[in-house]
Amino acid sequence: MKRIIFGVGVMMFLVFCLALSKKAIGQDEQLSPIQIIENSQLAFYYQGDDMKAQVNMELIAKGGGKRTRVMTMLRFDETKGANQKYFIYFHKPGDVRRMTFMVYKNPAKEDDRWIFVPAVDLIRRIAADDKRSSFVGSDFTYEDVSGRDVASDNHSLLRSEKLEGQDCFVIESIPKEPTEYIKRLSWIDKKTSLPLKEEYYDAQNELYRIFTADKIEDIKVGEGTDDNVFPTVTRRTMKNLKTGHRTEVVYKSVVYNLGLKDKDFSERHMRRPPRSWIR
Amino acid sequence: MNQIVTIVMVLAVLLQFPAYAQETEAEKNIEIHGFLMGNYSRRTSSQRPDGKEGDDFLLAEERFRLDVFGWTESIEASIRFKGDLLYDHVAKEFDTDTRELYLDYTTGAFDFRLGRQIVTWGVGDLLFINDVFPKDYVAFFSGRPLEYLKIGSDALKISFHPDIFSAELVVIPFFEPNNLPESDRFLLFDPFPQISSRKKEEPNTTRENTQLALRLYRRIKEFDVSAYAYRGFWLTQNMKPDDLTAPTRVINFYPDLSVYGLSVQSAVLDGVLSFETGYYQSREDEAGKDPFIRNSQIRALIGYQRQIWQDFTADVQYYSEYMLHHEEYVENLPEGAPKLDEYRDIATIRLTQLLMHQTLKLSFFAFYSPIDEDYLIIPEVKYNITDELSVALGANIFGGPEDTPHFGQFDKNDNIYTVIKYEF
Repeated sequence: MKRIIFGVGVMMFLVFCLALSKKAIGQDEQLSPIQIIENSQLAFYYQGDDMKAQVNMELIAKGGGKRTRVMTMLRFDETKGANQKYFIYFHKPGDVRRMTFMVYKNPAKEDDRWIFVPAVDLIRRIAADDKRSSFVGSDFTYEDVSGRDVASDNHSLLRSEKLEGQDCFVIESIPKEPTEYIKRLSWIDKKTSLPLKEEYYDAQNELYRIFTADKIEDIKVGEGTDDNVFPTVTRRTMKNLKTGHRTEVVYKSVVYNLGLKDKDFSERHMRRPPRSWIR
Repeated sequence: MNQIVTIVMVLAVLLQFPAYAQETEAEKNIEIHGFLMGNYSRRTSSQRPDGKEGDDFLLAEERFRLDVFGWTESIEASIRFKGDLLYDHVAKEFDTDTRELYLDYTTGAFDFRLGRQIVTWGVGDLLFINDVFPKDYVAFFSGRPLEYLKIGSDALKISFHPDIFSAELVVIPFFEPNNLPESDRFLLFDPFPQISSRKKEEPNTTRENTQLALRLYRRIKEFDVSAYAYRGFWLTQNMKPDDLTAPTRVINFYPDLSVYGLSVQSAVLDGVLSFETGYYQSREDEAGKDPFIRNSQIRALIGYQRQIWQDFTADVQYYSEYMLHHEEYVENLPEGAPKLDEYRDIATIRLTQLLMHQTLKLSFFAFYSPIDEDYLIIPEVKYNITDELSVALGANIFGGPEDTPHFGQFDKNDNIYTVIKYEF
């Protein structure tokens, strides 16, 4: 009997050690820079099977002038780390109210984008070759909203350091194809894999755009225990240092795993979104 | 003077709505919005139409829009009202315009919409083939915002969405024609200048005259594909004299029409490629022998849209219309009557540049017909001063031969327009 207890004890100890070592490997410099970026994208853009949030954007000019964009955003993941579908319903301002916008994100090629203009009951596909173009006039690009293809950049791990008390990887990403920035530095939280800060450098190698994750909340998933939470960036800012313009975004009423289906992302729902989606 | 006082009073009352809207929105199942709009269009030529609406302004009006949306929690049903109260300075009268008023109900794979509703089909940009729903070209040519190009149909729309495709059936019992410029406000070409008496003969509201429009659509690989069928009437009037030998009156009428068509849209070469075609079957004159009824046609368009640089997009389209049985048409045309060509074509270009965080929009749209050498050019600047207040300034510039039913006839109606809009 004692032997058995001893044996089980040893086994448990071994398993424990193994788990610890695995955890250590999973958490530290053993990860390749690409894996770190991939994990970061999964945590930031692919959390859960699907997601819904009310997104409040404030576009703030250098002089303090404000514009507000309020929308409901739904996301569905077809393939983790790759194809996604987005649906956006605009609440404010008045000239875009009830407009809907749908994106099929295809990492390897151009996204498919459609817009529905309710005033004339018109659905139109829109050209979308440039993922770096501004999203609704904000400092965020389409790519910032839905993620940049990991394979578009060469990634290297510069160092590990603390950012506001959190252990972070600092990853340098150099675009393979010319884009409006030549270098991006990302501070990725070792615990949550969320990007806490990103710096964008222009052709003169000057810092011109900064992303910061200003608030991270644990969002409960389903009816499970409190342990079942997804850390989520609920407040974020993108600031353009050259123009002084910045965009502050708040994600409210975030819900994960609503049970959305692939076919929900359709012309039908662009024209007539279900009440549960937008209220 | 009295009118101005009345307008000010009405506006003062109506301006209370925004406060009310905010109060109610939070708790109740109702959303109230709308706008106040001033819309003015000044003629740039020196000629004026003879009628009482031959003002220096082609359009001068203030509008108040009320947009009410209400919904239930228990079932997927809602009601929508969108209507305008306006004062028209050219006609010197108050008017109302019920833009839309409908009930929506969704159950399973079916969506129903009953009431006055705007329906838009097809992939053309301001060029319509399978969009068989009424349009207001008076609004479009005189500088009203784009939404006024479409007129609501009093109809029932049933949408059906099984897994493999989607279908929309629009049943329109009440005939509503296109609103076309008339000589009271526009200087235009009249094929019957010697006859001043006109009579409009619209199809009666009967079961046989109920218009049916069907659209089947789905995504096939990378392509958005739609097939269309319509049974109804020409929405643009056809004209005939009441008597060929001694005409006393011109009758504007709307002959039977069926349309069968197809559209395809897809992402191609970093842009969006659109194609649409339709066969217009003029059912009252299939042989093409009646010169007063438009012949059957084949219409087609191809379009390509692409972003050239950030916030700048360009769209080009080429549209062609081929008249079937042109020989029969020509043979039967009375002596001296203006003759339509076998082909009509239109090329369009749209350039759009957004600036200042997409609050300033510069746009340029042009229709040009290489065959008829006529055109309509619409440049516009729009600025959103705040999220609520916007101002737009634009122009409608027509040109080309004046004795055709196309853009050229409007040559003397060039105008500069402005739209000032406050939304709540």
